[in-house]
Amino acid sequence: MNTDWFPFWNSLRIAAVSCVLVFFLGVCLAYYAARLPAWLKGALDGLLTLPLVLPPTVSGYLLLMVFGLRRPLGMLLARWGIRFVMTWYGGVLTASVVALPLMYRTARGAFESFDETLAYAGQTLGLSDAWIFWRIRMPVCRQGILSGVVLSFARALGEYGATSMLIGYTPNRTATIATTVYQLWRTNDETGALFWVMVNLGISLAVLLSLSLLEARRKSEGKK
Amino acid sequence: MSLKVDITKKYGSFTLQVSMETGEGITGLLGASGGGKSLTLKCIAGIEKPDEGRVELNGRVLLDSAAGIDLPPQRRGVGYCFQSYALFPHMTVEKNILCGLRREKSRPIREEKLRDILDLLQLSGLESLRPAQLSGGQQQRVALARILVNAPELLLLDEPLSALDAHLRDMLKVELRKLLEDYGRPALLVTHSRDEAYDMCREIGVIDRGELLVLKPTRELFADPERVEAARITGCKNIALAERTGEHTAFVPAWGVELTAARPLGPGLRAVGVRAHHFHSREERNRFPVVFVREMEEPFETILQFRFASQAADAPPVWWRLSKDIRPVVLPAALGVAPEDILPLYS
Repeated sequence: MNTDWFPFWNSLRIAAVSCVLVFFLGVCLAYYAARLPAWLKGALDGLLTLPLVLPPTVSGYLLLMVFGLRRPLGMLLARWGIRFVMTWYGGVLTASVVALPLMYRTARGAFESFDETLAYAGQTLGLSDAWIFWRIRMPVCRQGILSGVVLSFARALGEYGATSMLIGYTPNRTATIATTVYQLWRTNDETGALFWVMVNLGISLAVLLSLSLLEARRKSEGKK
Repeated sequence: MSLKVDITKKYGSFTLQVSMETGEGITGLLGASGGGKSLTLKCIAGIEKPDEGRVELNGRVLLDSAAGIDLPPQRRGVGYCFQSYALFPHMTVEKNILCGLRREKSRPIREEKLRDILDLLQLSGLESLRPAQLSGGQQQRVALARILVNAPELLLLDEPLSALDAHLRDMLKVELRKLLEDYGRPALLVTHSRDEAYDMCREIGVIDRGELLVLKPTRELFADPERVEAARITGCKNIALAERTGEHTAFVPAWGVELTAARPLGPGLRAVGVRAHHFHSREERNRFPVVFVREMEEPFETILQFRFASQAADAPPVWWRLSKDIRPVVLPAALGVAPEDILPLYS
Protein backbone atom coordinates (compact mmCIF):
# COMPACT_ATOMS: atom_id res chain seq x y z
CA MET A 1 0.00 0.00 0.00
CA ASN A 2 1.40 3.32 -1.02
CA THR A 3 0.40 5.43 1.97
CA ASP A 4 -0.27 9.10 1.58
CA TRP A 5 1.12 10.65 4.79
CA PHE A 6 -0.48 14.04 4.21
CA PRO A 7 -3.21 13.67 6.93
CA PHE A 8 -0.49 12.87 9.50
CA TRP A 9 1.60 15.97 8.77
CA ASN A 10 -1.48 18.14 8.39
CA SER A 11 -2.88 17.01 11.74
CA LEU A 12 0.50 17.52 13.37
CA ARG A 13 1.00 21.06 12.05
CA ILE A 14 -2.57 22.06 12.94
CA ALA A 15 -2.16 20.66 16.47
CA ALA A 16 1.31 22.19 16.92
CA VAL A 17 0.43 25.68 15.66
CA SER A 18 -2.84 25.85 17.57
CA CYS A 19 -1.07 24.50 20.67
CA VAL A 20 1.42 27.40 20.56
CA LEU A 21 -1.37 29.94 19.95
CA VAL A 22 -3.53 28.50 22.69
CA PHE A 23 -0.58 28.43 25.10
CA PHE A 24 0.09 32.17 24.86
CA LEU A 25 -3.56 33.15 24.59
CA GLY A 26 -4.69 30.86 27.40
CA VAL A 27 -1.87 31.88 29.77
CA CYS A 28 -2.44 35.62 29.12
CA LEU A 29 -6.21 35.31 29.53
CA ALA A 30 -5.82 33.25 32.70
CA TYR A 31 -3.33 35.77 34.13
CA TYR A 32 -5.44 38.82 33.41
CA ALA A 33 -8.77 37.17 34.25
CA ALA A 34 -7.59 36.78 37.85
CA ARG A 35 -7.23 40.59 38.02
CA LEU A 36 -10.65 41.45 36.60
CA PRO A 37 -13.66 42.50 38.66
CA ALA A 38 -15.83 39.51 39.55
CA TRP A 39 -18.68 40.11 37.06
CA LEU A 40 -16.33 40.59 34.12
CA LYS A 41 -14.35 37.54 35.15
CA GLY A 42 -17.55 35.49 35.28
CA ALA A 43 -18.55 36.66 31.80
CA LEU A 44 -15.12 35.91 30.35
CA ASP A 45 -15.11 32.53 32.07
CA GLY A 46 -18.44 31.63 30.51
CA LEU A 47 -17.43 32.79 27.05
CA LEU A 48 -14.12 30.94 27.13
CA THR A 49 -15.59 27.75 28.53
CA LEU A 50 -18.47 27.63 26.06
CA PRO A 51 -16.60 25.63 23.35
CA LEU A 52 -15.93 22.97 25.99
CA VAL A 53 -19.64 22.29 26.56
CA LEU A 54 -20.97 23.00 23.07
CA PRO A 55 -21.03 20.17 20.53
CA PRO A 56 -18.10 20.82 18.17
CA THR A 57 -20.55 20.98 15.27
CA VAL A 58 -22.26 23.93 16.95
CA SER A 59 -18.88 25.66 17.39
CA GLY A 60 -18.18 24.91 13.73
CA TYR A 61 -21.52 26.35 12.69
CA LEU A 62 -20.87 29.52 14.69
CA LEU A 63 -17.38 29.84 13.17
CA LEU A 64 -18.89 29.46 9.71
CA MET A 65 -21.37 32.23 10.53
CA VAL A 66 -18.44 34.53 11.33
CA PHE A 67 -15.78 33.44 8.85
CA GLY A 68 -17.99 32.04 6.07
CA LEU A 69 -17.12 33.42 2.65
CA ARG A 70 -20.50 35.14 2.34
CA ARG A 71 -20.27 36.72 5.80
CA PRO A 72 -19.01 40.31 6.30
CA LEU A 73 -15.87 39.35 8.23
CA GLY A 74 -15.16 36.41 5.95
CA MET A 75 -15.48 38.68 2.88
CA LEU A 76 -13.27 41.32 4.46
CA LEU A 77 -10.55 38.79 5.30
CA ALA A 78 -10.84 37.22 1.84
CA ARG A 79 -10.07 40.61 0.30
CA TRP A 80 -6.66 40.41 2.05
CA GLY A 81 -6.26 36.82 0.92
CA ILE A 82 -7.05 35.25 4.30
CA ARG A 83 -9.50 32.36 4.01
CA PHE A 84 -10.42 30.08 6.88
CA VAL A 85 -12.88 28.00 4.89
CA MET A 86 -11.41 24.91 3.26
CA THR A 87 -7.81 25.73 4.28
CA TRP A 88 -5.45 24.08 6.77
CA TYR A 89 -5.19 27.20 8.90
CA GLY A 90 -8.98 27.11 9.16
CA GLY A 91 -8.18 23.87 10.97
CA VAL A 92 -5.84 25.82 13.25
CA LEU A 93 -8.73 28.17 14.01
CA THR A 94 -11.20 25.40 14.91
CA ALA A 95 -8.63 23.41 16.89
CA SER A 96 -7.64 26.56 18.82
CA VAL A 97 -11.25 27.42 19.63
CA VAL A 98 -12.01 23.98 21.05
CA ALA A 99 -8.65 23.61 22.83
CA LEU A 100 -8.51 27.10 24.38
CA PRO A 101 -10.93 26.32 27.24
CA LEU A 102 -8.67 23.47 28.38
CA MET A 103 -5.55 25.65 28.40
CA TYR A 104 -7.35 28.61 29.96
CA ARG A 105 -8.93 26.61 32.75
CA THR A 106 -5.86 24.59 33.72
CA ALA A 107 -3.65 27.70 33.61
CA ARG A 108 -6.14 29.64 35.69
CA GLY A 109 -6.29 26.85 38.24
CA ALA A 110 -2.50 26.84 38.43
CA PHE A 111 -2.32 30.63 38.79
CA GLU A 112 -5.01 30.65 41.45
CA SER A 113 -3.06 28.23 43.63
CA PHE A 114 0.11 30.31 43.19
CA ASP A 115 1.26 31.89 46.45
CA GLU A 116 1.07 35.60 45.67
CA THR A 117 3.61 36.44 48.40
CA LEU A 118 6.28 35.01 46.07
CA ALA A 119 5.44 37.72 43.54
CA TYR A 120 5.40 40.37 46.29
CA ALA A 121 8.78 39.15 47.53
CA GLY A 122 10.14 39.45 43.99
CA GLN A 123 8.81 42.99 43.68
CA THR A 124 10.34 44.15 46.96
CA LEU A 125 13.65 42.60 45.82
CA GLY A 126 13.52 44.89 42.79
CA LEU A 127 12.70 42.19 40.19
CA SER A 128 10.67 43.42 37.23
CA ASP A 129 7.09 42.23 36.82
CA ALA A 130 7.97 40.50 33.52
CA TRP A 131 10.89 38.69 35.18
CA ILE A 132 8.64 37.62 38.04
CA PHE A 133 6.08 36.30 35.55
CA TRP A 134 8.46 34.24 33.40
CA ARG A 135 11.03 33.20 36.01
CA ILE A 136 8.92 32.75 39.12
CA ARG A 137 5.20 32.47 38.40
CA MET A 138 5.49 30.26 35.31
CA PRO A 139 8.11 27.84 36.70
CA VAL A 140 6.23 27.47 39.99
CA CYS A 141 3.00 26.83 38.06
CA ARG A 142 4.68 24.71 35.40
CA GLN A 143 2.98 21.46 36.30
CA GLY A 144 -0.48 22.92 35.70
CA ILE A 145 0.61 24.87 32.61
CA LEU A 146 2.30 21.83 31.13
CA SER A 147 -0.70 19.56 31.59
CA GLY A 148 -2.77 22.32 29.97
CA VAL A 149 -0.43 22.30 26.98
CA VAL A 150 -0.57 18.52 26.64
CA LEU A 151 -4.36 18.45 26.98
CA SER A 152 -4.69 21.23 24.40
CA PHE A 153 -2.40 19.42 21.99
CA ALA A 154 -4.36 16.20 22.39
CA ARG A 155 -7.66 17.99 21.98
CA ALA A 156 -6.44 19.89 18.90
CA LEU A 157 -5.17 16.67 17.37
CA GLY A 158 -8.47 14.92 17.97
CA GLU A 159 -10.67 17.75 16.77
CA TYR A 160 -13.23 16.51 14.25
CA GLY A 161 -16.66 18.21 14.41
CA ALA A 162 -15.89 21.88 13.95
CA THR A 163 -13.01 21.09 11.62
CA SER A 164 -15.10 19.02 9.25
CA MET A 165 -17.66 21.82 9.07
CA LEU A 166 -15.19 24.66 8.44
CA ILE A 167 -12.51 23.01 6.31
CA GLY A 168 -14.23 19.82 5.17
CA TYR A 169 -12.22 16.94 3.76
CA THR A 170 -10.07 17.51 0.71
CA PRO A 171 -7.26 14.99 0.18
CA ASN A 172 -3.86 16.69 0.19
CA ARG A 173 -5.36 20.04 1.24
CA THR A 174 -7.41 19.82 4.40
CA ALA A 175 -7.49 16.13 5.31
CA THR A 176 -6.58 15.43 8.95
CA ILE A 177 -6.26 12.06 10.64
CA ALA A 178 -9.70 12.42 12.22
CA THR A 179 -11.48 13.39 9.00
CA THR A 180 -9.57 10.77 7.04
CA VAL A 181 -10.71 7.98 9.39
CA TYR A 182 -14.32 9.00 8.87
CA GLN A 183 -13.93 9.45 5.12
CA LEU A 184 -12.26 6.06 4.63
CA TRP A 185 -14.74 4.26 6.85
CA ARG A 186 -17.64 5.94 5.00
CA THR A 187 -16.26 4.75 1.67
CA ASN A 188 -15.84 1.18 2.97
CA ASP A 189 -12.03 1.32 3.09
CA GLU A 190 -11.80 -0.67 6.34
CA THR A 191 -8.04 -1.28 6.07
CA GLY A 192 -7.30 2.39 5.42
CA ALA A 193 -9.50 3.50 8.31
CA LEU A 194 -7.86 0.97 10.65
CA PHE A 195 -4.40 2.16 9.60
CA TRP A 196 -5.18 5.77 10.55
CA VAL A 197 -6.84 4.59 13.75
CA MET A 198 -3.57 2.88 14.66
CA VAL A 199 -1.56 6.00 13.78
CA ASN A 200 -3.82 8.08 16.00
CA LEU A 201 -3.51 5.60 18.87
CA GLY A 202 0.28 5.72 18.47
CA ILE A 203 0.41 9.52 18.69
CA SER A 204 -1.91 9.59 21.69
CA LEU A 205 0.19 7.00 23.51
CA ALA A 206 3.36 8.99 22.76
CA VAL A 207 1.75 12.15 24.15
CA LEU A 208 0.60 10.41 27.32
CA LEU A 209 3.99 8.75 27.77
CA SER A 210 5.86 12.03 27.43
CA LEU A 211 3.50 13.57 29.98
CA SER A 212 4.18 10.87 32.56
CA LEU A 213 7.92 11.04 31.85
CA LEU A 214 7.86 14.80 32.48
CA GLU A 215 5.93 14.15 35.67
CA ALA A 216 8.46 11.60 36.88
CA ARG A 217 11.37 13.95 36.15
CA ARG A 218 9.67 16.79 37.97
CA LYS A 219 9.11 14.57 41.01
CA SER A 220 12.69 13.35 41.16
CA GLU A 221 13.88 16.96 40.81
CA GLY A 222 11.76 17.94 43.77
CA LYS A 223 13.35 15.24 45.92
CA LYS A 224 16.94 15.89 44.95
CA MET B 1 17.05 58.00 59.23
CA SER B 2 13.35 58.60 59.36
CA LEU B 3 10.13 56.95 58.32
CA LYS B 4 6.89 58.92 58.22
CA VAL B 5 3.67 57.04 57.61
CA ASP B 6 0.15 58.41 57.44
CA ILE B 7 -2.24 56.06 55.69
CA THR B 8 -5.92 55.14 55.55
CA LYS B 9 -7.35 52.06 53.93
CA LYS B 10 -10.87 50.64 54.05
CA TYR B 11 -11.79 46.96 53.64
CA GLY B 12 -15.54 46.67 54.03
CA SER B 13 -16.22 47.49 57.67
CA PHE B 14 -12.52 47.36 58.59
CA THR B 15 -10.60 50.62 58.46
CA LEU B 16 -6.84 50.85 58.79
CA GLN B 17 -5.69 54.20 60.09
CA VAL B 18 -2.03 54.50 60.96
CA SER B 19 -0.10 57.67 61.52
CA MET B 20 3.42 57.34 62.86
CA GLU B 21 6.94 58.64 62.72
CA THR B 22 9.94 56.59 63.61
CA GLY B 23 13.66 56.44 63.07
CA GLU B 24 16.66 54.52 64.36
CA GLY B 25 16.59 50.94 65.52
CA ILE B 26 13.83 48.39 65.62
CA THR B 27 10.27 49.58 65.96
CA GLY B 28 7.71 46.98 66.92
CA LEU B 29 4.12 46.80 65.76
CA LEU B 30 2.28 44.79 68.37
CA GLY B 31 -1.29 43.62 68.15
CA ALA B 32 -3.69 40.72 67.82
CA SER B 33 -3.89 38.96 64.44
CA GLY B 34 -6.21 40.59 61.94
CA GLY B 35 -5.59 43.97 63.52
CA GLY B 36 -3.87 45.51 60.51
CA LYS B 37 -0.17 45.11 61.36
CA SER B 38 0.77 43.22 58.20
CA LEU B 39 -1.46 45.47 56.10
CA THR B 40 0.52 48.45 57.39
CA LEU B 41 3.77 46.83 56.27
CA LYS B 42 2.28 46.02 52.86
CA CYS B 43 1.20 49.63 52.39
CA ILE B 44 4.72 50.84 53.25
CA ALA B 45 6.28 48.32 50.83
CA GLY B 46 3.85 49.27 48.08
CA ILE B 47 2.25 45.84 47.80
CA GLU B 48 -1.09 47.22 48.93
CA LYS B 49 -2.42 50.63 47.95
CA PRO B 50 -3.84 52.73 50.76
CA ASP B 51 -7.00 54.69 49.87
CA GLU B 52 -5.11 57.80 50.77
CA GLY B 53 -2.02 58.82 52.60
CA ARG B 54 1.65 59.55 52.53
CA VAL B 55 4.79 57.51 53.16
CA GLU B 56 8.18 59.14 53.38
CA LEU B 57 11.50 57.35 53.94
CA ASN B 58 14.67 59.35 54.65
CA GLY B 59 13.19 62.35 52.86
CA ARG B 60 12.14 60.33 49.81
CA VAL B 61 8.42 60.36 49.11
CA LEU B 62 7.33 56.77 48.42
CA LEU B 63 3.64 57.52 48.36
CA ASP B 64 1.64 60.72 48.32
CA SER B 65 -1.90 60.15 47.14
CA ALA B 66 -2.59 63.91 47.10
CA ALA B 67 0.37 64.56 44.77
CA GLY B 68 -0.26 61.41 42.72
CA ILE B 69 3.04 59.79 43.71
CA ASP B 70 3.04 56.02 44.15
CA LEU B 71 6.41 54.33 43.65
CA PRO B 72 6.23 50.65 42.68
CA PRO B 73 7.64 48.22 45.29
CA GLN B 74 10.72 47.74 43.08
CA ARG B 75 11.78 51.37 43.57
CA ARG B 76 10.97 51.87 47.25
CA GLY B 77 14.21 50.49 48.69
CA VAL B 78 12.28 48.58 51.31
CA GLY B 79 13.08 44.97 52.22
CA TYR B 80 10.20 42.72 53.24
CA CYS B 81 10.64 39.49 55.17
CA PHE B 82 7.42 37.53 54.89
CA GLN B 83 6.05 35.35 57.66
CA SER B 84 6.29 32.35 55.31
CA TYR B 85 9.73 33.62 54.06
CA ALA B 86 8.46 33.47 50.44
CA LEU B 87 11.55 31.69 49.15
CA PHE B 88 11.29 30.75 45.48
CA PRO B 89 10.77 26.97 45.71
CA HIS B 90 12.23 26.12 42.30
CA MET B 91 15.54 27.91 42.91
CA THR B 92 18.55 26.88 44.95
CA VAL B 93 19.66 28.88 47.97
CA GLU B 94 22.29 30.61 45.83
CA LYS B 95 19.82 31.54 43.07
CA ASN B 96 17.38 32.83 45.67
CA ILE B 97 20.02 35.10 47.15
CA LEU B 98 21.21 36.23 43.71
CA CYS B 99 17.65 37.47 43.08
CA GLY B 100 18.45 40.21 45.59
CA LEU B 101 21.62 41.07 43.65
CA ARG B 102 20.29 41.46 40.13
CA ARG B 103 20.88 45.21 40.14
CA GLU B 104 24.60 44.65 40.70
CA LYS B 105 25.99 44.47 37.16
CA SER B 106 29.58 43.52 37.97
CA ARG B 107 29.99 39.77 38.23
CA PRO B 108 33.01 39.77 40.60
CA ILE B 109 31.27 42.17 43.00
CA ARG B 110 28.14 40.04 42.84
CA GLU B 111 30.15 36.91 43.69
CA GLU B 112 31.89 38.69 46.53
CA LYS B 113 28.64 39.98 48.03
CA LEU B 114 27.14 36.52 47.76
CA ARG B 115 30.13 34.99 49.63
CA ASP B 116 29.95 37.69 52.30
CA ILE B 117 26.27 37.24 53.01
CA LEU B 118 26.56 33.44 52.98
CA ASP B 119 29.32 33.75 55.60
CA LEU B 120 27.46 36.32 57.66
CA LEU B 121 24.34 34.17 57.88
CA GLN B 122 26.21 30.87 58.17
CA LEU B 123 24.74 29.50 54.99
CA SER B 124 27.99 28.35 53.36
CA GLY B 125 27.66 24.79 52.15
CA LEU B 126 23.92 25.07 51.59
CA GLU B 127 24.18 27.02 48.30
CA SER B 128 22.94 24.24 46.05
CA LEU B 129 20.01 23.12 48.20
CA ARG B 130 16.40 24.00 47.55
CA PRO B 131 14.22 25.70 50.18
CA ALA B 132 12.23 22.50 50.84
CA GLN B 133 15.45 20.78 51.94
CA LEU B 134 16.21 23.40 54.62
CA SER B 135 15.12 23.63 58.25
CA GLY B 136 12.87 26.48 59.34
CA GLY B 137 15.77 28.42 60.82
CA GLN B 138 17.86 28.00 57.66
CA GLN B 139 14.94 29.14 55.51
CA GLN B 140 14.64 32.25 57.62
CA ARG B 141 18.34 32.99 57.21
CA VAL B 142 18.10 32.58 53.44
CA ALA B 143 15.15 34.98 53.37
CA LEU B 144 17.13 37.52 55.40
CA ALA B 145 20.25 37.03 53.25
CA ARG B 146 18.25 37.63 50.09
CA ILE B 147 16.88 40.87 51.55
CA LEU B 148 20.02 42.22 53.22
CA VAL B 149 22.17 41.65 50.12
CA ASN B 150 19.83 44.03 48.30
CA ALA B 151 20.77 46.72 50.88
CA PRO B 152 17.30 48.17 51.57
CA GLU B 153 17.00 51.43 53.49
CA LEU B 154 14.26 49.98 55.66
CA LEU B 155 13.51 46.42 56.74
CA LEU B 156 9.98 45.18 57.24
CA LEU B 157 9.74 41.94 59.21
CA ASP B 158 6.37 40.22 59.39
CA GLU B 159 6.29 37.80 62.33
CA PRO B 160 9.83 36.61 61.50
CA LEU B 161 9.93 34.08 64.35
CA SER B 162 6.40 32.76 64.48
CA ALA B 163 6.98 29.91 61.99
CA LEU B 164 9.71 28.42 64.18
CA ASP B 165 9.59 25.89 67.01
CA ALA B 166 9.51 27.43 70.48
CA HIS B 167 13.02 26.33 71.50
CA LEU B 168 14.53 27.65 68.25
CA ARG B 169 12.65 30.91 68.55
CA ASP B 170 14.52 32.18 71.61
CA MET B 171 17.90 31.35 70.10
CA LEU B 172 17.09 32.96 66.77
CA LYS B 173 15.58 36.00 68.50
CA VAL B 174 18.99 36.84 69.90
CA GLU B 175 20.68 36.24 66.53
CA LEU B 176 18.12 38.29 64.65
CA ARG B 177 18.43 41.23 67.03
CA LYS B 178 22.20 41.25 66.67
CA LEU B 179 21.95 40.98 62.90
CA LEU B 180 19.56 43.92 62.72
CA GLU B 181 21.69 45.99 65.08
CA ASP B 182 24.79 45.30 62.95
CA TYR B 183 22.90 46.16 59.77
CA GLY B 184 22.28 49.57 61.31
CA ARG B 185 19.25 50.61 59.31
CA PRO B 186 15.77 50.97 60.76
CA ALA B 187 13.40 48.02 60.87
CA LEU B 188 9.70 47.60 61.51
CA LEU B 189 8.91 44.32 63.23
CA VAL B 190 5.37 43.01 63.31
CA THR B 191 4.59 40.59 66.11
CA HIS B 192 1.78 39.41 68.32
CA SER B 193 4.21 38.37 71.05
CA ARG B 194 4.79 40.99 73.72
CA ASP B 195 7.93 39.17 74.90
CA GLU B 196 9.42 39.33 71.42
CA ALA B 197 8.52 43.00 71.07
CA TYR B 198 9.86 43.85 74.53
CA ASP B 199 13.16 42.12 73.91
CA MET B 200 13.83 43.31 70.37
CA CYS B 201 12.29 46.74 69.93
CA ARG B 202 13.47 50.19 70.90
CA GLU B 203 9.92 51.46 70.63
CA ILE B 204 6.57 49.81 70.12
CA GLY B 205 3.33 50.79 68.45
CA VAL B 206 0.15 49.01 69.46
CA ILE B 207 -2.32 48.36 66.64
CA ASP B 208 -5.84 47.26 67.44
CA ARG B 209 -8.65 46.82 64.91
CA GLY B 210 -6.89 48.96 62.34
CA GLU B 211 -5.98 51.80 64.66
CA LEU B 212 -2.53 52.71 65.94
CA LEU B 213 -3.41 53.31 69.59
CA VAL B 214 -0.06 54.37 70.97
CA LEU B 215 3.59 54.47 69.90
CA LYS B 216 6.29 55.03 72.53
CA PRO B 217 9.62 53.68 73.77
CA THR B 218 9.32 50.07 74.90
CA ARG B 219 9.84 50.52 78.65
CA GLU B 220 7.51 53.50 78.78
CA LEU B 221 4.80 51.57 76.96
CA PHE B 222 4.92 48.72 79.46
CA ALA B 223 5.03 51.17 82.39
CA ASP B 224 2.15 53.27 81.09
CA PRO B 225 0.18 51.73 78.19
CA GLU B 226 -2.41 54.57 78.31
CA ARG B 227 -5.10 52.67 76.39
CA VAL B 228 -7.24 49.71 77.47
CA GLU B 229 -6.31 47.59 74.43
CA ALA B 230 -2.64 48.53 74.74
CA ALA B 231 -2.66 47.37 78.36
CA ARG B 232 -4.31 44.08 77.37
CA ILE B 233 -1.86 43.45 74.50
CA THR B 234 1.14 44.22 76.69
CA GLY B 235 -0.09 41.49 79.01
CA CYS B 236 -2.02 43.29 81.76
CA LYS B 237 -4.36 40.65 83.21
CA ASN B 238 -6.45 42.80 85.52
CA ILE B 239 -8.40 45.56 83.81
CA ALA B 240 -11.64 46.95 85.18
CA LEU B 241 -13.79 49.96 84.36
CA ALA B 242 -13.20 52.84 86.77
CA GLU B 243 -14.81 56.13 87.76
CA ARG B 244 -12.55 59.04 88.53
CA THR B 245 -13.25 60.36 92.05
CA GLY B 246 -10.34 62.77 92.47
CA GLU B 247 -7.00 63.96 91.13
CA HIS B 248 -5.40 60.62 92.12
CA THR B 249 -8.32 58.40 93.10
CA ALA B 250 -10.76 56.24 91.17
CA PHE B 251 -13.56 53.89 92.17
CA VAL B 252 -13.65 50.43 90.54
CA PRO B 253 -17.28 49.17 90.69
CA ALA B 254 -16.46 45.58 89.67
CA TRP B 255 -14.00 45.22 92.55
CA GLY B 256 -15.88 47.49 94.97
CA VAL B 257 -12.69 49.38 95.91
CA GLU B 258 -11.30 52.88 95.57
CA LEU B 259 -7.70 52.92 94.32
CA THR B 260 -5.08 55.62 94.70
CA ALA B 261 -2.81 56.14 91.71
CA ALA B 262 0.55 57.89 91.65
CA ARG B 263 -0.12 59.30 88.17
CA PRO B 264 -2.70 62.10 87.97
CA LEU B 265 -5.97 60.81 86.54
CA GLY B 266 -7.49 62.65 83.59
CA PRO B 267 -11.21 63.37 83.29
CA GLY B 268 -11.53 60.86 80.38
CA LEU B 269 -10.45 57.93 82.58
CA ARG B 270 -12.14 54.73 81.46
CA ALA B 271 -10.49 51.93 83.36
CA VAL B 272 -7.57 50.99 85.56
CA GLY B 273 -5.16 48.14 85.11
CA VAL B 274 -3.04 46.24 87.61
CA ARG B 275 -0.45 43.80 86.32
CA ALA B 276 -0.76 40.37 87.93
CA HIS B 277 2.69 40.50 89.54
CA HIS B 278 2.10 43.94 91.12
CA PHE B 279 0.01 42.71 94.06
CA HIS B 280 1.99 42.28 97.27
CA SER B 281 1.03 40.73 100.58
CA ARG B 282 3.02 43.28 102.62
CA GLU B 283 2.09 46.40 100.64
CA GLU B 284 0.16 48.72 102.93
CA ARG B 285 -1.21 51.10 100.26
CA ASN B 286 -4.31 50.22 98.23
CA ARG B 287 -4.70 47.31 100.63
CA PHE B 288 -8.00 45.41 100.66
CA PRO B 289 -9.25 42.12 102.07
CA VAL B 290 -9.31 39.28 99.54
CA VAL B 291 -10.70 35.76 99.21
CA PHE B 292 -8.72 33.21 97.17
CA VAL B 293 -10.67 31.10 94.70
CA ARG B 294 -8.26 29.11 92.54
CA GLU B 295 -4.60 28.48 91.80
CA MET B 296 -3.05 27.84 88.37
CA GLU B 297 0.46 26.47 88.45
CA GLU B 298 3.11 27.12 85.83
CA PRO B 299 6.61 25.56 85.86
CA PHE B 300 8.25 28.40 87.81
CA GLU B 301 5.44 30.75 88.71
CA THR B 302 2.00 30.39 90.14
CA ILE B 303 -1.17 32.36 89.55
CA LEU B 304 -3.47 32.83 92.50
CA GLN B 305 -6.94 33.96 91.54
CA PHE B 306 -8.80 35.93 94.17
CA ARG B 307 -11.81 38.15 94.71
CA PHE B 308 -11.91 41.35 96.71
CA ALA B 309 -14.22 40.96 99.70
CA SER B 310 -16.31 43.75 98.24
CA GLN B 311 -16.22 42.43 94.65
CA ALA B 312 -19.37 42.32 92.48
CA ALA B 313 -20.73 38.79 92.09
CA ASP B 314 -20.52 38.74 88.29
CA ALA B 315 -17.00 40.23 88.03
CA PRO B 316 -14.22 37.82 86.97
CA PRO B 317 -11.57 36.93 89.56
CA VAL B 318 -8.37 38.97 89.85
CA TRP B 319 -4.96 37.45 89.05
CA TRP B 320 -1.93 37.54 91.31
CA ARG B 321 1.20 36.08 89.75
CA LEU B 322 4.29 35.33 91.81
CA SER B 323 7.39 33.22 91.75
CA LYS B 324 6.86 29.79 93.33
CA ASP B 325 9.73 30.16 95.77
CA ILE B 326 8.10 33.16 97.46
CA ARG B 327 4.54 31.79 97.49
CA PRO B 328 3.35 32.04 101.13
CA VAL B 329 2.21 28.74 102.65
CA VAL B 330 -0.65 30.51 104.39
CA LEU B 331 -2.36 32.81 101.92
CA PRO B 332 -2.74 36.44 103.11
CA ALA B 333 -6.11 37.85 104.05
CA ALA B 334 -5.42 41.13 102.26
CA LEU B 335 -3.32 42.37 99.29
CA GLY B 336 -2.01 45.79 98.39
CA VAL B 337 -0.76 47.58 95.25
CA ALA B 338 1.73 50.45 95.12
CA PRO B 339 0.08 53.60 93.67
CA GLU B 340 2.76 53.80 90.93
CA ASP B 341 1.61 50.35 89.73
CA ILE B 342 -1.96 51.50 89.09
CA LEU B 343 -2.24 52.00 85.32
CA PRO B 344 -4.73 54.69 84.32
CA LEU B 345 -6.36 53.66 81.02
CA TYR B 346 -8.26 55.81 78.56
CA SER B 347 -10.45 54.76 75.66
